[in-house]
Amino acid sequence: MFEAVSSFSPNYSCTVSIENVSMGDYQRNYDPFVESFEETPLLVAVLTYMGYGILTIFGYLRDFLRDWKFEKCHLAREREEQKDFVPLYQDFENFYTRNLYMRIRDNWNRPICSVPGAKMDLLERVTPDYNWTFEHTGNVLKDVINMGSYNYLGFAENTGTCADAASECTVKYGVGVSSTRQEIGNLDKHEELEILVARFLGVESSMAFGMGFATNSMNIPALTGKGCLILSDELNHASLVLGARLSGSTIRVFKHNNMQSLEKLLRDAIVHGQPRTHRPWKKILILVEGIYSMEGSIVRLPEVIALKKKYKAYLYLDEAHSIGALGPRGRGVVDYFGLDPSDVDIMMGTFTKSFGAAGGYIGGKKELIDYLRLHSHSTVYATSMSPPIIQQIITSMKCIMGEDGSTLGQERLCQLSENTTYFRRRLHEMGFIIYGNNDSPVVPLMLYMPAKIGAFGREMLKRNIGTVVVGFPATPIIESRARFCVSAAHTREMLDKALNAISEVGDLLQLKYSRKNRHGNEGSDSFSFLESHQD
Amino acid sequence: MASGQQWVLVEMVQAFYEAPAYHLILEGILILWIIRLLFSKTYKLQERSDLTEKEKEELIEEWQPEPLVPLVSKDHPSLNYDVVTGFVSAVSGHISEEMNLPPSHKIIVNGKECVNFASFNFLGLLESERVKLKALSSLKKYGVGTCGPRGFYGTFDVHLELEERLAKFMRTEEAIIYSYGFATIASAIPAYSKRGDIIFVDEAACFSIQKGLQASRSFIKYFKHNDMEDLERLLKEQEIEDQKNPRKAKVIRRFIVIEGLYINTADLCPLPELVKLKYKYKVRIFLEESMSFGVLGEHGRGVTEHFGVNIDDIDLISANMENALASIGGFCCGRSFVIDHQRLSGQGYCFSASLPPMLAAAAIEALNIMEEDPGLFRVLRDKCKHVHKALQGTPGLKVVGEPLAPALHLQLENSSGSRTDDLKLLRAIVDYSLDRQIALTLARYLDKEERFLPPPSIRVVVTVEQTQEEIERAAQCIRQAAEKILK
Repeated sequence: MFEAVSSFSPNYSCTVSIENVSMGDYQRNYDPFVESFEETPLLVAVLTYMGYGILTIFGYLRDFLRDWKFEKCHLAREREEQKDFVPLYQDFENFYTRNLYMRIRDNWNRPICSVPGAKMDLLERVTPDYNWTFEHTGNVLKDVINMGSYNYLGFAENTGTCADAASECTVKYGVGVSSTRQEIGNLDKHEELEILVARFLGVESSMAFGMGFATNSMNIPALTGKGCLILSDELNHASLVLGARLSGSTIRVFKHNNMQSLEKLLRDAIVHGQPRTHRPWKKILILVEGIYSMEGSIVRLPEVIALKKKYKAYLYLDEAHSIGALGPRGRGVVDYFGLDPSDVDIMMGTFTKSFGAAGGYIGGKKELIDYLRLHSHSTVYATSMSPPIIQQIITSMKCIMGEDGSTLGQERLCQLSENTTYFRRRLHEMGFIIYGNNDSPVVPLMLYMPAKIGAFGREMLKRNIGTVVVGFPATPIIESRARFCVSAAHTREMLDKALNAISEVGDLLQLKYSRKNRHGNEGSDSFSFLESHQD
Repeated sequence: MASGQQWVLVEMVQAFYEAPAYHLILEGILILWIIRLLFSKTYKLQERSDLTEKEKEELIEEWQPEPLVPLVSKDHPSLNYDVVTGFVSAVSGHISEEMNLPPSHKIIVNGKECVNFASFNFLGLLESERVKLKALSSLKKYGVGTCGPRGFYGTFDVHLELEERLAKFMRTEEAIIYSYGFATIASAIPAYSKRGDIIFVDEAACFSIQKGLQASRSFIKYFKHNDMEDLERLLKEQEIEDQKNPRKAKVIRRFIVIEGLYINTADLCPLPELVKLKYKYKVRIFLEESMSFGVLGEHGRGVTEHFGVNIDDIDLISANMENALASIGGFCCGRSFVIDHQRLSGQGYCFSASLPPMLAAAAIEALNIMEEDPGLFRVLRDKCKHVHKALQGTPGLKVVGEPLAPALHLQLENSSGSRTDDLKLLRAIVDYSLDRQIALTLARYLDKEERFLPPPSIRVVVTVEQTQEEIERAAQCIRQAAEKILK
């Protein structure tokens, strides 16, 4: 087992470390930074590769049978009139989709017909032909415990102050806007929202956009261009990668959350300048996320800020999952570490997760936001946010800040933190391999083998628990996982029910791989988990 | 011992004499080569600088980056947006049973109540009470947000219903919904067209198409706006290229990306000719119908219905729901063979939260209204013709756009030479109109990012709800403004 602090090379050590970073007088809100990514047991890795190998062989066999018409082909086909066009897809591109993804497709895109709260109602689907087509039976699976929606603070609800305020706003303003911010789509509600978000984050000014994904892909190109350098974390989200690519800057990737790797890249960049011409870089932008949703890890923010100040780079922090979910006051990862928000140059986040709405924001200094008001692609070409969505954000944000006069926000923040700690501790005790930081509400549970992905999803649904499983290509090929999102709306009973079901399924599928000490015993060899299940 | 060594030496010398000539020559060459390598400069694989640590520290100290953003002057004309504080509806404040009150369509801009000639509210559905009621009932059932992408419990039955309804309305096999209009075509193009493929695009394509093209990393070839000969020339050139390398040509995909009604020039694309070119040169067509969906055609199905083209001939139709449908988001429709691919490769679909259910419900209701009353589209077309005629003859301004287009541009007849000055003049006209309660807006572009920057213009949008009298008043007001400001 290795901890996340590993040295990049034996004789290269980072000049800053999380212990000796001096941030002045700040209150540490976290226990020593504990993250763990337990190594894959060797036997499991071998079996996983074997599993994929067998699936690939079967895939080729089935393709062969389909080509030679021994088996009925369910795939949609090109039109007769266009048969002599260049094929739209190449066969091998879709090999994975046709032969591996199709087998377990029923674990994704499950339609729901209620609020995506702590419990939800799923529409029952059956497939007569092994997942090629689905039919809705008309039955509804009621009260399925929802461990998959990003509902960290439980604001996905259809009753209560937020819903009432959103209703009023719909009546007053309507639903659509039909114009861009710079033209005639700028409502007074937008300005109200932006002032509130700036106050929430503790920055000078902020700006809101209609889609979280688009916030990244449209604003990074406005900030950097040719001649600039972007240093991006290995596991950054697709929107950050797309935004970096569209900007035209040079992109260099550093190892996930690894400060030595980042520092080495910074030093090399400043000393050697641009490749081939050696001119100095115009600016350097570091892209990191608050919580990485596939790993559950939290960015080492004090170290990143120390590095940024030392090397005069700019920091872009994407708090899609961490805003509202971390920190004693819910202000995100900056609040979690007790740092000063003005140290982060660009604070970006989304309203989809903790606020139960949709959209994204960027916060920072007034010059930055003024510049974005003029040059962001979204303000010029994209329709502005819908009024009831804005109202939902305003009400939920005021609730978290405690400005609506109740303690509901504070209670929910405490509840989320308690739920997270409890859930992670129990899963750890049961012997599963859990990735990520102890304080992150995103809990990835390792499955590894391809067959277990499908089996886990289906078995949990049988026990009335809705989970999310992820495989390749969102994760490395042998590290498929189930990902739980703990919510403040989950009660202790719901979590216990879920945990019992997970333990049952874990025993059934032999998922308790962990060799770390549970109840104090260290498993010494890789077969110990097999032995412990043979009695 | 000396004799032993001598013995070995003798043997060596003997071997030397007995060895064949080629052996000796080869060994001689090898020895010379080794000597050369020993004395030549070492080949450096990586650029290792000869800088010392101290020099590196100095360089790091000295380096000064540019400021994160350049300074923006406080009185930049676009910095202060016009603030809309509300839409005046005939039944504002409460829902009334009586729907036979004439719907009002005024917008309160900067504190003044004006007639709305600026939002893309073509069918007047922004203030529709039916749509608001449906959205409210959806809010009471589902809440506001979806808290997840489509793959992870973010698919609601409303989304599935909306996709089915759109597919049925457009008479295609399948439709897919995006949660943001801009992201629709910008995610669709890179899902199909990759590095090495070729895309032929019209010069007047809108910005979201340009971003989609940039994300796709394909070869982009621009043809002159609506010029079919230019396009044919490019296609012929490509054909010649293909014959030089037929194996490569068999795997390069080709696409033509066009808009039904161009937002920048307000005219139609010549769709029948394009379909002919499609079959002649074997290129696929992607059609962007944001401005023409819900506007053209007898039932509002867009430019394919307008020209009577078979919808299966178009590979992909993409539109946003923010104009005629007065909701938020966008959709793509076409055959299942084409659309289904986006469910796993459309970036804006897979990696983004889904459309809030109340907005999807609003779109379904808007579709219902469109299907129930096809007379709306004829009314809209008449009003467009009317506005187009009324604006002719404005001194100093020319009307750019077809009589059918609901969003026209008013450009300066004689440009002053500088874009900022032109913009100032046009802004003055807009302000004058706002004072007289006609809401207009300047058409906005990103000057440095657009490939073919359109000239500055005022956008005039026609909606179904504007009365004859209001149109006359607006035309009069614009004429007065032009006379006063552009003299």
